[in-house]
Amino acid sequence: MSQYLKDPMFLRQIIMDHYQYPRNHELVNENDEFQLHMASESCIDDITVEIKVEDNKIVHTGFDGVACTIATSSTSIMSELILNKSLDEAVLIINNYLDMVSEKEYDEDMLEEAIAFSTVSKQANRIKCATIGIDGFLKLIEKEIAK
Amino acid sequence: MLNVSEIRKDFPMLNNKKMSNYPLIYLDNAATTFKPDCVIDTVVNYYKNYSCNIHRGDYELSYQISDEYDKTRKVVANFINSEDKEVVFTSGASESLNLIAYGYGMNNLTKGDVILTCEAEHASNILPWFKVAEKTGATIEYIPLQNDGVLSIENFKKAMHSNVKVVTLAHISNVLGYVNPIKEITKIAHEYNAIVICDGAQSVPHVKVDVKDLDIDFLAFSGHKMCAATGVGIMYGKYDLLNAMEPFMLGGGSNARFDMCGNIQLKNAPFKFESGTPAIEAVLSIGAAVKYLEKIGMDNIEEYELELKKYAISKIEKLENIICYNSLAETGIITFNVKDVFAQDAACYLNSKGIAVRAGNHCAKILMNTLNTSETIRASFYFYNTYEEVDFFVETLKEVTVENCINILF
Ligand SMILES: Cc1ncc(COP(=O)(O)O)c(C=O)c1O
Repeated sequence: MSQYLKDPMFLRQIIMDHYQYPRNHELVNENDEFQLHMASESCIDDITVEIKVEDNKIVHTGFDGVACTIATSSTSIMSELILNKSLDEAVLIINNYLDMVSEKEYDEDMLEEAIAFSTVSKQANRIKCATIGIDGFLKLIEKEIAK
Repeated sequence: MLNVSEIRKDFPMLNNKKMSNYPLIYLDNAATTFKPDCVIDTVVNYYKNYSCNIHRGDYELSYQISDEYDKTRKVVANFINSEDKEVVFTSGASESLNLIAYGYGMNNLTKGDVILTCEAEHASNILPWFKVAEKTGATIEYIPLQNDGVLSIENFKKAMHSNVKVVTLAHISNVLGYVNPIKEITKIAHEYNAIVICDGAQSVPHVKVDVKDLDIDFLAFSGHKMCAATGVGIMYGKYDLLNAMEPFMLGGGSNARFDMCGNIQLKNAPFKFESGTPAIEAVLSIGAAVKYLEKIGMDNIEEYELELKKYAISKIEKLENIICYNSLAETGIITFNVKDVFAQDAACYLNSKGIAVRAGNHCAKILMNTLNTSETIRASFYFYNTYEEVDFFVETLKEVTVENCINILF
């Protein structure tokens, strides 16, 4: 893995960049069955995520909502990571990410920029922020797999 | 004048507590308050030395604790200037407000009646009325707020009419901290024969509330927001209204007798509302808390909190990165945002410096329409907060930037 990704200064910039310029920050299908609204009970993050799947592959990701730096940037990063991946690959990436934020063993090569959140577990009250959009993606993907 | 440094010695949470390795500065008193030793001791004393149920046992310990329990009702009645029998113990303001809605509203409203309230109410004072409206056919109307979020007496007058049977409003808003003109509102509402329910959750802990002077028909408040334990609150109601109400819970303690045919003879108020074993230690703690507050003096508390708030506002107004939404509110609640920083990020930054505040969309609707923002940060004082805490809080606000909010992760 790149040495850059070990430098806290660089990780900060990743988060900042995805917060200020979130990727895939648009919902294209209103009320689509591939859309999911995630509202936290414990904080004020309120995010809607969506995916589009063709031939078992995620061909579109999107999100919108009102959310903090961590929720916005983590969702943005994941929306890029799982794009153009197969459903199974995406599940693997997301589970790997969830392992990281809950301080379990994980494969950092799979996570690319998302390892910016490797220290979020130090702030227990922010874990929810770092997972709210990503949990949404996972639920949508699992729904697709179950079809 | 208050001797705050002496007062702080009474509170274990205010003595050398740390948060994020900084001395704790607790500015979320609108959510709940810390407890002085006398309250904690009251709770512990019950479990260590009594631990018996009330009003049941034919033995000395039960008699003694029942006596203390009954005296607590007197202490509270005296505090709000009511009769003892008009004080009902509940689990908190939410239960009190629900009891009023279900016990009074459900049984006394019909189709065509109007429940008048405003958009800044706490969920506990509005959701139960949605249910009442649904079941009785009554409708809910909202008094428009001014652009700054203030509920003016003029707007109340315009909204009041002869179909209004219930007016339900907070005495002090938990969102913006404004004091509503409850006394004037009540006078006018009574001219229309409407009853007035006052949600005192944010007022009773901070200002002198005299139910006779205000002439309100119902009052609800929570112990935990005024230094008492959690799990206890008060519903005050004028006695004839309590008699016109049904309890929404039945069981041991509230009935005088019943038979196999289903006839129930309820006890008189307040007992008919108090089924089941209560949180005895919490009820006792509210007695200790009231005595503690009275010793400090409610007028002193009100005056000190207002001074502290004004001091904080005078400093915050000089900060270019802060938008304050309620500088003129005359209570210890400050509602604000840091420019270009999401409320929760800012609150988490403050947490990293030991400062507890609350970020939230406390009441999305009024905030969206009136303040043009969906989230705010609320800092709320109690009499034990200090000028030094305000200074540190303001200094820390200067440091809140998106970059710094992200930096705390690393
Ligand atoms: C204005 C107001 N009413 C009612 C409540 C409900 O109080 P409790 O949660 O103690 O029942 C609160 C608590 O935040 C409040 O601020």
